[in-house]
Amino acid sequence: MITTTPTTSHGSRTGWFGLLLAVLGSFLFLFVLIPLVHMVASVSGSELVEAAGDRDVMDSIKVTLLSAAFATVGVVLGGIPLAYLLARKRFFGRSLLLGLVDLPIIIPHSAAGIALLLVIGRRSLLARVLGTGLTDTIAGVSVAMAFVSMPFLVNAAREAFAGVPVRLERVARTLGASPARVFFTISLPLAWRGIVSGMILMWGRGISEFGAVVIVAYHPMTTPVLIFRRFESYGLTSARAVAALLVLICITIFVVVRLLCRRPSPER
Amino acid sequence: MLELKSIAVRLGTFEIHDISLEVAAGEYVILLGPSGVGKTVLIETVAGLIRPCAGRVFFQGVDITSLRPEQREFAIVYQDYALFPHLTVKANIAYGLRSAGIERSEKRRRTEQLADLLGISQLLRRRPEGLSGGEQQRVALARALAIRPKMLLLDEPLSSLDSNTRIQLRKELKRVNKELGISILHVTHDQEEAMVLGDRIAVMLDFRIRQTASSDKLFRRPSDVEVARFVGLRNIFEVESVADGACMVLGERIHASSATQDTSHIWIGPEEVLLSREPFQSSARNQFQCEVLDWNPQGSLLMVHVKTGGIVLAALITHSAFDDLQITPCARVYATFKSSAVHCF
Repeated sequence: MITTTPTTSHGSRTGWFGLLLAVLGSFLFLFVLIPLVHMVASVSGSELVEAAGDRDVMDSIKVTLLSAAFATVGVVLGGIPLAYLLARKRFFGRSLLLGLVDLPIIIPHSAAGIALLLVIGRRSLLARVLGTGLTDTIAGVSVAMAFVSMPFLVNAAREAFAGVPVRLERVARTLGASPARVFFTISLPLAWRGIVSGMILMWGRGISEFGAVVIVAYHPMTTPVLIFRRFESYGLTSARAVAALLVLICITIFVVVRLLCRRPSPER
Repeated sequence: MLELKSIAVRLGTFEIHDISLEVAAGEYVILLGPSGVGKTVLIETVAGLIRPCAGRVFFQGVDITSLRPEQREFAIVYQDYALFPHLTVKANIAYGLRSAGIERSEKRRRTEQLADLLGISQLLRRRPEGLSGGEQQRVALARALAIRPKMLLLDEPLSSLDSNTRIQLRKELKRVNKELGISILHVTHDQEEAMVLGDRIAVMLDFRIRQTASSDKLFRRPSDVEVARFVGLRNIFEVESVADGACMVLGERIHASSATQDTSHIWIGPEEVLLSREPFQSSARNQFQCEVLDWNPQGSLLMVHVKTGGIVLAALITHSAFDDLQITPCARVYATFKSSAVHCF
C-alpha cells in the first residue's frame, strides 16, 4: 500500500500535500486492486482445481502463453533494430515513424483484426502463395498478438537505447570498434534490462489480447476468448474461475521473470 | 603531423568555422577556450565522430577527412570518463585490443603494463562504479593508450577532478606525452592547465581560433585584448585617447612607446611594475604616486594592488621587496614602469 509520513521533519506545510497525494494515489490503486483481489478471492479452491483440470482451459492457456511468446520473439527481431534507429539516428520521417509505432495502441483492436484478416486470411494474397491462410492457426494468433502489442516492446527498447550515453559508443568507435561491434558489445548489453522489461510487457499484453485474436482466430482458442465464450454460454460464475486462474498464472510468471532479470549480469 | 585546414562544422544552429590548427609529432597542443565555443565539437571532428561541412583534416600528409573513427586510431578521453559500466576495469582497458586482432598474451601484457604505469593495478577486477574520479580517469587514459594511438585527444580530462588529483594527473599526461612520445590535443578552459601542459596553446573564442602560440608567448604577447582578458592577464585598461605617445586612461596619462591612434587598450605586465617608497630615479617614463589597497600570494611572489586616481594597478613583487617596502593598507608608494613595458592593442 502507499504509505506516507505526514508529520516528519519535512514539516507540516508539505505534510497535508503528501497526504493528499497518497489518498488520491490510493484511490486509483484500489480501483485496480479491489476487482482483481475480489475475483480471485470469490473463486473457491475446488473451483480453481476444477478449472485447472479442464482440458479446454489448460489447452487455451498453453496456446495463449505460447503464441504470445512467439509474437514477442518475432517482434524482437525487427523491433530492436527499429528501436535503435529511432533512439540514435535523426532521419527524414522519424517523427512520423514514432507516431506509427503507437498506432496499434490507439486503433480499436477489432479493427486491427479485420485489417490483418485481409492480409493473412483465407482469401488473401498470402493464402494464395502459401495455399492456406493463417486464419484459425497458432501463427494467426501470434500475428494478431504481435500487431497490437508491438508498441510496448519497441517503445521500451527505444527508451533503453536512448538511456545509453552516446559518449560510450563514441569512445568505442575511436578504440577501433565497428558500428556493429559497438552495438553488440556496448549498446545492447547496456540496454538489455530495459529491452527484457519491454519483452515481458509485450508478452503480457499479448496474453491479454482479445479483440484482434477473436477475429483472426476463434480457434485454437486462447484463454481470453475462452473466458468470453464461457461467460456468454454459462454466465459469470463459470467464466470467473478461468479468469482467476489466468490472472494467477500471469502474476506468477511475471514475478518470476522480473526476479530473474533483477540479478546483476554476470561478470564478462 | 595533424593538420586542420579551414574546418567548419554546423550542428543545427551551432556553428564553428575557419578552424586551422597543426599538431607536430610528439607535440602537446592545448585548445583553450571558455565553455560553449565548440571545443568538444572540434575534437570530435578530429576523431572522425563528426563530419565537417567544409575544410580538410590531414594526418601525416594524408587527407583523412572522410576516414571513419575506427580507422583513425586517435583515442579520445572525455571529462566524464565514459567508462563502459558493464565491463571490469581490465575489460575496459582491453576493449580496443579486441578489434586490433592482438594475441591474448600480448593483450594481457599491455593491460598490465598500462595499469602499472598509471597506478591502477589493484583495480583491474573492479567495475567503474565506485571508483573515484581520479581512478576512473586513469582507467580511461589506460584504455585510450592501450591501442597505441597515433594521437591522444583529451576533452577537459581533468575538469571534474579535485585539485590534488588534477595536479597528479597533469604529471601523468606530461609523462605520456614526453616518454611515450604520443602527440596530444587537449581541450580545456583552465588557463593554468594550459600554461603548465601546453607546448603550444590555441585560444578559441567566439567559435574560432584567435591565436596560436607557445605558452610563453601567449601570456606575454597576446594577439588582442579579448585573448588577453581570457587568459587572465591583469592590468588591462581601455584607452580614451592617444596624444604625444601617451594614452589617456581614466584621467591619467600613461606613456606607451608603441601607442598609435588606433590603440584601444593597453596592458602592463604586473611583473613590469616596480614599487618603491620614494620616487624612483630612472629612465622609466611612467611613475605614479599610489595608495596600497591589498595584496595576496601568487605562487612564491606577491600580487599587490595599488590605486592612483581611478586606476587600480597590480604589481608582482617578491616577499623581500614586500618587507623592504613595509607595505601596510593605505600606505603611500610609487609605482614605476617603462613606456616600452606598455603593450598596446
